[in-house]
Amino acid sequence: MLTSFSKEVSESFIPKIRDEWKMAKTKNVKGIRVMEKRTFRIFRYDSSKNESPGFQSFEVPAEKGMTVLEGLIYIQDNLDGSLAFRSSCRAGVCGSCAMHINGKYCLACETQIFALKSKTVTLRPMAHLKVIKDLFVDLKPFWEKYKLIKPYLMPGEPGPERERIQTADDRLKLEGLIDCILCGACYASCPVGETHSEYLGPAALLKVNRFVQDSRDNAEEERLNAVSGFDGVFRCHTIFNCQEVCPKELDPTGSIADLKRKIIGKKFGLSKIYK
Amino acid sequence: MKYLDSIVIGGGLAGLRAAIALNQRNIKVGVISKVHPLRSHSIEAQGGINASLGNHIRGGHDDWKKHAFDTIKGSDYLADQKSAAKLTQSAVECIVEMEHWGCPFSRTEDGKIAQRPFGGAGFPRTCFASDKTGHVLLHTLFEQIVKFEHGSERQQMQSFDEWFVTSVVIDDGCCQGVIAMNVVTGELEEFKSDAVIFATGGVGRIYGRTTNALINSGRGMSMPFWAGVPLKDMEFIQFHPTTLYGTNVLMTEGCRGEGGFLLNNKGERFLAFYDDSKKAMEIAPRDIVSRNIQKEIHAGRGFEDAYVHLDLRHLGEKKIMERLPGIRVLGLNFAGVDPIYELVPIQPGQHYAMGGIDTNINAETRVIGLYAAGECACVSVHGANRLGGNSLLETLIYGKIAGESAADYITAGGPPKKDEGIMKDALKRDEDKINKFLRSSGKEKHSEIKMDLNNIMDDKVGIFREKKSLEKALEGVRELKDRFKNIKILNRERRLNQELINIMELEGNLDIAEVIVMGALAREESRGSQSRTDFPKRDDENWLKHTLAYYTPDGIKTEYTDVDVSMYEPKERKY
Repeated sequence: MLTSFSKEVSESFIPKIRDEWKMAKTKNVKGIRVMEKRTFRIFRYDSSKNESPGFQSFEVPAEKGMTVLEGLIYIQDNLDGSLAFRSSCRAGVCGSCAMHINGKYCLACETQIFALKSKTVTLRPMAHLKVIKDLFVDLKPFWEKYKLIKPYLMPGEPGPERERIQTADDRLKLEGLIDCILCGACYASCPVGETHSEYLGPAALLKVNRFVQDSRDNAEEERLNAVSGFDGVFRCHTIFNCQEVCPKELDPTGSIADLKRKIIGKKFGLSKIYK
Repeated sequence: MKYLDSIVIGGGLAGLRAAIALNQRNIKVGVISKVHPLRSHSIEAQGGINASLGNHIRGGHDDWKKHAFDTIKGSDYLADQKSAAKLTQSAVECIVEMEHWGCPFSRTEDGKIAQRPFGGAGFPRTCFASDKTGHVLLHTLFEQIVKFEHGSERQQMQSFDEWFVTSVVIDDGCCQGVIAMNVVTGELEEFKSDAVIFATGGVGRIYGRTTNALINSGRGMSMPFWAGVPLKDMEFIQFHPTTLYGTNVLMTEGCRGEGGFLLNNKGERFLAFYDDSKKAMEIAPRDIVSRNIQKEIHAGRGFEDAYVHLDLRHLGEKKIMERLPGIRVLGLNFAGVDPIYELVPIQPGQHYAMGGIDTNINAETRVIGLYAAGECACVSVHGANRLGGNSLLETLIYGKIAGESAADYITAGGPPKKDEGIMKDALKRDEDKINKFLRSSGKEKHSEIKMDLNNIMDDKVGIFREKKSLEKALEGVRELKDRFKNIKILNRERRLNQELINIMELEGNLDIAEVIVMGALAREESRGSQSRTDFPKRDDENWLKHTLAYYTPDGIKTEYTDVDVSMYEPKERKY
């Protein structure tokens, strides 16, 4: 069982190398239309019904440039109107359509079907979250944790008449922290969330670091205290799944490490070493 | 039945800003959105937001009056000038407020908010955060909403995510609330409220080649329209010059603002060949650049008769990674090209609806207690063509104005008559309608009707329009409306039925498409985004007026109303 599963994972792993993407070049750019049948194997479950979950397969005529999301829309429009999934921007920026595609959490809208090595596209909903129906999960715990960490600027004093000055270097520290689209791919991929459901998770902790690193924020101590407990940064086992799956190529693990260093530095008076 | 003081429909920038404005006045507000607020289309905005901060090295002499003039000139003089002035006058204050709330704008070397040049603007006045301006603005506003939620002890701020509004209830010219469906359970519920603010965004999905999110169905415009509120200037549809060929994902105007070139198949910067763009070149306004790209393609100097190239290679890796990182990722993921080393295939695509729910300068519609703001509204500040960077500004400024107008109305007592019976009647009407769809035994697939509609709008109501094809388009849309009566449904369950929602949205699409085509056909002139090949000149004598479309049981009725030109005399538009 285990061997066959890992085989599927390795064969269908989505390559991020440029040449591989070029193979899956967008439709018609070179005037070529290639149509091929692909099988979508989709997790089906309706939490309101007393039926056990399972997989259902659909045949989708795929062409170059077609994304997994477009495949799902094709199925919903033509084959089975009861299929449920989330989608909005179809350009990889809104974070609606994170799901488990052939062994890895990705955004369905920016995953080219032809870039997947396997001819079968296996789709599962995000883990650690209750499935409402099919690929549509209940994100409530995810948003609750996001809200818990006070995700807003706390400058401590009223702003000046014009904008606050922030040097280009200080602004640079925010790159890679403000880009999180809160899709939840990291949250679902983190095994800690499975055993300890109260764990804040990579997305929320990255958000904490976004404010800790902001030169305009003035609540570092409060923020660090809030994440130094049982459910905070020290619950992280440094498994790097979050960093690996992030569709925006952000580094939540790195952010968690930053926060750990700061907390240790404060606790033991080593702030000069652990900045 | 849920009781709230006020309701905001839509969780994008305009909606959230309105909710904050209401909350600041201690009014209980509910934000209803069919997706989580952070999935709203505002998040896709890339290029920036205009304000005459004067932070750019060449922006020292900028002020709000010049911004107002650029906006009015850009609108081809169809904007209501006092509304445009109101927009630009509070722009600086609005940007500073966003910065104070934590918005991470890109910075100049001396640490001020950075600005970049944008089309049709006399000075570089577009504030930005690399190419993710919408993302950072929406996240900042949502963070403030969370802050207000934390601070509210009596649930003055509530959000209803994944609720789909089915109708707005109006009694005797006075808004009473809305009926909405919980997307997950499929159950309808009445939302009784003194004031309702529509902030539901655009109608892009009427077109096939569009930069808009899949959720931009324009359903939010159709509900007040069916309830008797007119739609204004719907024929003015903006086509963005640079959308990625194939998927029409947006390539920000910032690409050109930062110095990108547009090249034809001979490698020439062809904008120099056209009178209206030869001076401003790539940073001419969007309507002009889109037209000239289309002309170039028609003349056989494009590629595959469909696209031209955007060249960013000379900007260099450092600048692209710093200022346009998102653009590079989009190029890689959706066209398989790396803008650092390769040319990007682009074509014009539908981007924005200048028209919308008719409102006045206070964001009030003709129905008491009903307000609209953002892309779904038409104040009008964009007239016949919107300048890049002004739409984000409009969402924040007019979102706030809508919230404040509603707050004034509610604190003054709200509607004179509060009748709950009418809410129950409306609920029953919607219930019947949904059951009718669910029981429908028709033959027409909603996806096929939608695709036919998309094709009609792309081919016949695009950048260049003329009488014959518009007439055909009108005929086509009406045919589709007939076909819609025979709709087919695969999923007959109430719970989490996304097909049902698609069908309900399509119903709105068809009526709005008809309004767009009728407006375009009636307006026998070329102004801003409307280019009639059979009437190539602007005609101020006959057509310096707004189109108003009313829904009546016997079909759509059109009227016209005056444009406010109290500040600047209309002149020929040259760049």
